[in-house]
Formats: sequence, C-alpha cells, structure tokens
Amino acid sequence: MWQKIKVAFHKLGSPAYFYGFSGRLLPWLWIAFGGLAAWGLYQALFVVPPDYQQGDSYRILFIHVPSAWQAMMTYVTMSVLAVITLVWRIRIAEIMAMVSAPIGAAFTLICLTTGALWGKPTWGTYWAWDARLTSMLVLLFIYLGIMGLYAAFEDRRKGARVASVLILVGLVNIPIIHFSVEWWTTLHQGATIRLFGESTMDPSMIEPLIYMTIATKVLYAALLLMRSRTELADQDRRRAWVRQRVAGSTARG
Amino acid sequence: MSEFLEMGSHGFYVWTSYAIFFAVLAWQVCQPVARHRRLRAQLIEEQALRKGNYEDEAR
Amino acid sequence: MTPTRKRRLAMVSVLVLGVGTAAAITIATLQDNMMYFMSPMDVHAETVEEGRTFRLGGLVADESVKREPDGLSIRFDVTDGYKEVPVIYTGILPDLFREGQGVIAHGSLDANGLFRAHEVLARHDETYMPPEVAKALERAGHPSSD
Repeated sequence: MWQKIKVAFHKLGSPAYFYGFSGRLLPWLWIAFGGLAAWGLYQALFVVPPDYQQGDSYRILFIHVPSAWQAMMTYVTMSVLAVITLVWRIRIAEIMAMVSAPIGAAFTLICLTTGALWGKPTWGTYWAWDARLTSMLVLLFIYLGIMGLYAAFEDRRKGARVASVLILVGLVNIPIIHFSVEWWTTLHQGATIRLFGESTMDPSMIEPLIYMTIATKVLYAALLLMRSRTELADQDRRRAWVRQRVAGSTARG
Repeated sequence: MSEFLEMGSHGFYVWTSYAIFFAVLAWQVCQPVARHRRLRAQLIEEQALRKGNYEDEAR
Repeated sequence: MTPTRKRRLAMVSVLVLGVGTAAAITIATLQDNMMYFMSPMDVHAETVEEGRTFRLGGLVADESVKREPDGLSIRFDVTDGYKEVPVIYTGILPDLFREGQGVIAHGSLDANGLFRAHEVLARHDETYMPPEVAKALERAGHPSSD
C-alpha cells in the first residue's frame, strides 16, 4: 500500500504525467464547481430568509465569508508547499506554491471588496482601519510581494526558493487575521461559525454557506491545476514532452 | 421580480458584490488560458521555423 | 531523511519560530494601539484628556436617544453595562442605529464630559437569524439583539 502511494507520488512528480493527469482532472473539477456554486447561489439569493437586523444585505456573506476562508486556506496550503520547496526541492511543489499566490490574492481581493460593499449599508462606512480589515489588507500585500519577488528572478527555481522564505515569514499574519476579532476591539464582528462551540447562525441560513465554502475549495483546486500546468509547460518549453503534448497535433490545450 | 432585484433597498451592494466575485473569477480563468494559448502559438511557430516550411504554414 | 534535508528543515523551523516570536512580542507591545475603540469603562478608568479624539464603542442605552431642539443633532448614551458616556452627534446615522444596538462613535470629550462625535458607525454582532426566529425568541423572553 505504502509502496503504491510512493509510486503514485513519483509519477505525479514527472512533468509529462502531471500535465496529462491534471488535464484529465480539470473538467471534473469545473463541473463540480459549477454544480456546487449554482446550488449555493440559488439558495443564497432565493431560498434563505432575510436577517432580522440587516435584511437582505447579509446575502453578501455567502460570497464574502467563503472567499475570506479560501484566501487564508490558500496561504496555509502555499506555506506547506513552501516547506516542501525549501526542504525537498520538489519541482511540482515549487510551481504549485508560486502559482497559489495570484489565486490567493484574487480571493483576498474578493473578500476586501465585498466586505467594503457590505460594510457601507451595515456599519455606515466602506472601510475602517481596525485590526481585522487591516490584517486582511496586509495579506493582499504579502501575496503581491510573493508574486513580485518570484517574478524578479531570472532563474525560476531559485526565485521559488527565495519567495518560499517570504511565504513562511508572512505565515505569521494568518493567526493574526483569525484572532484579530478576539484579541482587540474591532468594528468587524466576531466569528459566526466556530469549529469548537456553538455557531451563531440560524440553521435555516447555513446551507448556502456550506455549499459556497466547498465550491471555493474546488475552485482553488481547478485554478491551481490550470496555472500549474501552464507554468510547467512554459518552464519546459525546450523539452520534448512539451513539444509533443502542447504543440503536437494530437494534444489538446 | 423588481422586489427581488432591490434586495430591500440594498440591491446595489448585493449585486455589485456578486458581480465582483464572478468578474475576478473570470479574470483568474482567462489569465492562464491566454498564457497557454500564447505558449502553444509560439511553440508551433518555432516548430514550423525549424522544419523550414514556415511560409507554407503561414498561408 | 538525508542530513541535508534535515538541516534545511531545521532552518525552516527556526525561521518560522523566529518570525512568530518577533511578531508575538510586537503585538503584545502594541496591544493598546491595536484597539479600535474604548469602552465607557475604559473612558472612566483612564480619564481621557479633554479634546483628544478617540473612538467610543458600546451599546446605545435603552430610552436614551433624544433629538435636540435644533432638530439636527441627536443625543444618546453609550453603555457597556457598567458605565455610560453621553454622546451628541450631528449627521447621518447608519440604518442599523437604534437603542440596544452596538455603535462606535469617533470624536472627543468636552469639558462637561459629553462626547462630541463627528462619525457614528453601527456595529453588528455575529448572530444571524430570520425575523420570525428573532420575534419568537423575544416572545420567549430572550433579548434578540446584542
């Protein structure tokens, strides 16, 4: 069993195999995302009742919260990949860590903009410099910094290692984001959904949140594979497998 | 229907939020697709040049 | 694991631990500056000097909201359950503003201990429920807001 897993891992480490495998997996991920998001958004917009205080504006929660979670989750995933990059120097992990940065930045951007649009009708302001909002903005800058640092290196493998150090330095921001609403007084309210203890959302409202949360996870996986195989093919453009698979007449893009 | 679009007078905020979600998502999909296409086009051109039948392929 | 990898893993661990410790110390030192607002209790305990701007946060005390005779300004008390601070504000209030609601007012204390706010934001809690559920809870004797 262990041996089988090891073999499968080594196979995935081969660029040509990874390229083909991810290409076959991608359509299924998009179908899964489409289904989950369609059902989740239908529930969020048409089915769940309005909130007793905020009315309908709280429907922004169903994209704001899953995006915020995914922005942080992407960072944690990227950090694990950064450790693999620095310690084991596995090339696929390097690439996946590096292409995670723009995806994480996109989720952070969605979180910040939808949060601002939610803040105006509820709090009365688009933005406040409280600990939660500020630490989330810092996360966006960290993501942009990682992208910039990686792009600055001619040797991409070296760039990936240097950027991985920055990833691990920036990891400290993740618990700060999470606990900001507990450690300090903030305009942002505390956590509604808690891993331990009771959640403070009525059960009739929770279903779309679950669907949208899974949907954003699948979306991350799909975007990660898409970007990884493009980056991989670009780095290996002089190699035979790319000529066969990417530019060859039999291969599909 | 118009009541649904209004979202209890918060329609602007709700719909702009959902639009941003899909706009950013579409941008995230288009970026790698465009890069992949560009790479493919470059590789095909290089191959054609190497074979020496560039003129034929271009026409 | 090969010795090289062990060495690299050790370096990565030192990096993460080092940055974590540095951040923890910084955060502990800046604790007060990271606070977005002060509660009425803080205001009473720390004797904030007159004219210094800060944010005051708490609940709008029940039956304290009154319009001033000029028709534009509004007066209310902000409470944290222990102490109260009277507030006067002229301007547009957020939709969620009402008695019992969490608010954050930005302004300063005058000589009489009245908080003159130039901005009032509503703070909402992390509870979400349909209006019917909120009503049912209220009927059962549970306060529904904050």
